[in-house]
Amino acid sequence: MARIELDLAHAYKPNPRSDEDYALLPLKMTFADGGAYALLGPSGCGKTTMLNVISGLVTPSQGRVSFDGKDVTAQTPQQRNIAQVFQFPVIYDTMTVAENLAFPLKNRGVAADRIKQRVGQIAEMLEMSAQLDLRAAGLAADAKQKISLGRGLVREDVSAVLFDEPLTVIDPHLKWQLRRKLKQIHHELKLTLVYVTHDQVEALTFAEQVLVMTRGRTVQVGSATDLFERPQHTFVGHFIGSPGMNFLPARGTAGGIEVAGHRLAAPSAALSAIDAFTLGVRPEYVGLAAANEAGAVPATVTLAQDIGTYWLVTAQVGADAVLRARLSPEQPIPRVGDPVWLSVIGSHTCFYRNEELIA
Amino acid sequence: MDERRFKKRGVFLALYLVFAILPVYWMVNMSFKTNEEILSVFSLWPRTLTWDNYRTIFTDVSWYSGYINSMIYVAINTVISLAVALPAAYAFSRYSFLGDKHVFFWLLTNRMTPPAVFLLPFFQLYTTLGLMDTHIAVALAHLLFNVPLAVWILEGFMSGIPREIDETAYIDGYSFPRFFITIFIPLIKAGVGVAAFFCFMFSWVELLMARTLTSINAKPIVAVMTRTVSASGMDWGVLAAAGVLTIVPGAIVIWFVRHYIAKGFAMGRV
Amino acid sequence: MKPVNQKAWLLILPVVLCVAFSAILPLMTVVNYSVQDIISPERRIFVGTEWFKAVMRDDDLQGALGRQITFSLAVLLVEIPLGIALALSMPAKGWLSSAVLVLVAISLLIPWNVVGTIWQIYGRADIGLMGATLAALGIDYSYTGHVGDAWFTVLLMDVWHWTPLVALLCFAGLRAIPDAYYQAASIDGASKFAVFRYIQLPKLRGVLMIAVLLRFMDSFMIYTEPFVLTGGGPGNATTFLSQYLTQKAVGQFDLGPAAAFSLIYFLIILLLCFILYNWMQRVGTADKPGVHE
Repeated sequence: MARIELDLAHAYKPNPRSDEDYALLPLKMTFADGGAYALLGPSGCGKTTMLNVISGLVTPSQGRVSFDGKDVTAQTPQQRNIAQVFQFPVIYDTMTVAENLAFPLKNRGVAADRIKQRVGQIAEMLEMSAQLDLRAAGLAADAKQKISLGRGLVREDVSAVLFDEPLTVIDPHLKWQLRRKLKQIHHELKLTLVYVTHDQVEALTFAEQVLVMTRGRTVQVGSATDLFERPQHTFVGHFIGSPGMNFLPARGTAGGIEVAGHRLAAPSAALSAIDAFTLGVRPEYVGLAAANEAGAVPATVTLAQDIGTYWLVTAQVGADAVLRARLSPEQPIPRVGDPVWLSVIGSHTCFYRNEELIA
Repeated sequence: MDERRFKKRGVFLALYLVFAILPVYWMVNMSFKTNEEILSVFSLWPRTLTWDNYRTIFTDVSWYSGYINSMIYVAINTVISLAVALPAAYAFSRYSFLGDKHVFFWLLTNRMTPPAVFLLPFFQLYTTLGLMDTHIAVALAHLLFNVPLAVWILEGFMSGIPREIDETAYIDGYSFPRFFITIFIPLIKAGVGVAAFFCFMFSWVELLMARTLTSINAKPIVAVMTRTVSASGMDWGVLAAAGVLTIVPGAIVIWFVRHYIAKGFAMGRV
Repeated sequence: MKPVNQKAWLLILPVVLCVAFSAILPLMTVVNYSVQDIISPERRIFVGTEWFKAVMRDDDLQGALGRQITFSLAVLLVEIPLGIALALSMPAKGWLSSAVLVLVAISLLIPWNVVGTIWQIYGRADIGLMGATLAALGIDYSYTGHVGDAWFTVLLMDVWHWTPLVALLCFAGLRAIPDAYYQAASIDGASKFAVFRYIQLPKLRGVLMIAVLLRFMDSFMIYTEPFVLTGGGPGNATTFLSQYLTQKAVGQFDLGPAAAFSLIYFLIILLLCFILYNWMQRVGTADKPGVHE
């Protein structure tokens, strides 16, 4: 269990000149001891690079990595005592499950009876006790990933367990089982866990704190609630949520603001002074309003989909802005072509300028 | 990497390369000597350097046409071999079907017969088909031993790719041909590279069938080289020069597939 | 574990057709000849298994077969480990990787009669590099005179010629191992030997099976190189099976016996390969249910 601190950047080339040359833009991050973190973002955002920097498979081009205050930047993964679970199961084909789990301990010279005890303990935690003497190669993908995980957990002094999209090859109906198991393990062993994924559901259910990343930059760190309610960056608003946040162009006018061509009262005086900004509101918080109600804009419905537990209504606002609203089926659902008024300004509305949250 | 181990490997590799290159060096050495010198004197360099051997090959049409003919039928054969082997290897690797194990082994049995066995039947077959002395005849005949080899090699590499990759691609909406070409083949690059090189190589050096099925138009270089016994005895110098030159096309082929062989498995985010 | 799909036959049909075209018709012809006495194209007499019996009764055949088996075993024992070691030592990246790849592959590209010719000269004490070096070291070496030297030279020539085949297969096989395995092994604290034993060697199983079968088969059928090098001598010390059978057939120039010899030859190889193949399958796939159950 370790507290991990990062104060670094990683560039592809020795003399980085612009942002594109960086795989990881300069960042400072602390992973608390025993915390569960997720690195969330689309392909190529740098999350695997960050994971590899933490594990030691990649040395950052500048800056340092510290475990419990000690500088480990020059150390190998083995020296840092981390465990890593990869995208596809990595097991030793010729060994049984028990031998696989025992392998890291054997290499460290741990006594045989202690190994047996530890292996039994971990196997039970992973619900694999019945399979200990089976050949690892013959098992299904989810069992193999559990073995990979087990090899990491079996070392008692493991500093952190890192996951690189570990559920990629798992059958969908088994994914939730493994996720639940991971949460259980975190609860029991209180290890520092860092989990890389591009799936927000995985990230939000697994982690206490999620780092949202895009193009080498960590745009926000926060709990699921924080990311949902107050996205600090339009990317977070867009990436989190299903569907993501709505963005409407707006600008300040004398005495108010204009959103997608419609005049509204300004929620704060500061906003009416800004030339151009973006209004962000999640579909969950867009509701049907009465005509000309405060904070509502007129729109024409273009699509209404019954998702089951809610209706997803897409509407055209003004010339080219689109709003999506999640409406409860208990209220009357407008049909395609209907003119509606949708309330966009409320306590959950966020305002952005240059993609950063301003209000 | 362990410093000491690295050095041990380097030394071993260097020693092997010396062992491998010395006879080739000796052949190159011979290719620049006259026959008299080859047979009478032991010399590390040619005492009298001569280009005559190479000149013979480059100017005598029967020599250089031999190279061209060989390259033609070997290229045809390699392409056909790979083209039919890839889907077959995929089938053996991914599916279970009636007689699959037996067919797989049967393929390899076609390499277990000394080529001499097939000479007369092939001669009769291709004469009947009117394909004697054509490049296509040799290319087809060589399918006998190259196709099984290609299937075996490719199947081995394909089986190393987890089936989940196929399934993920289908879920993502890929059609089979698109999946096969854009996703699957790049993953088995090493196998394709090695299979292609071996098809080239075995076809390139095969002598008996190639000589039996050709006479003038498609006569390969390997057959031409057996002609080097003249009235005055074996023409060692020309043979050596020809030998040196036969290495060139193969070296080019392996140069081209080197990235295929060396790249290996890149587990992309499918 | 593999899904059953009879439509897979469509995918293998081209292969079956190509090979059958090249194989079955000629094979049938050979079988046809082997049971006939072809005195002339018009006069053929069915003689059944007479040729086969004649071959099996031949005393010299046993000698040739014994020498052949010894040779093939020796070849496997040297070339397989040496090929693996070579593949492990070949660099994987950079310009050096390409250069080494080309250098290693050269010996495979030389026509077999030229290989025999080169070694013929190479091994001579008067005009060959190896022969002269050995003579200079005071070793009484002669591959034409001494049986041991002849065997040594023929083996060395084969090792020189064919080890790269094993090495190239293993090299490609090694490249097919994802980095994650090495990373996981590093994290698990595995020694270099453990990495070889638990990761590399198991993952090379597939290519090694191909390498072993190929080398066994090809060495069992070897003809040109030893024939050019030693002519089968001294005496018949290096006369292996194919040369022996060719001598017999050519000497008599009789299609019937020649065809019978060919079939027996084929059946011997088939039997040995079948045993070898099944043994390797059992050893190799005990833990891999998905491969050729």
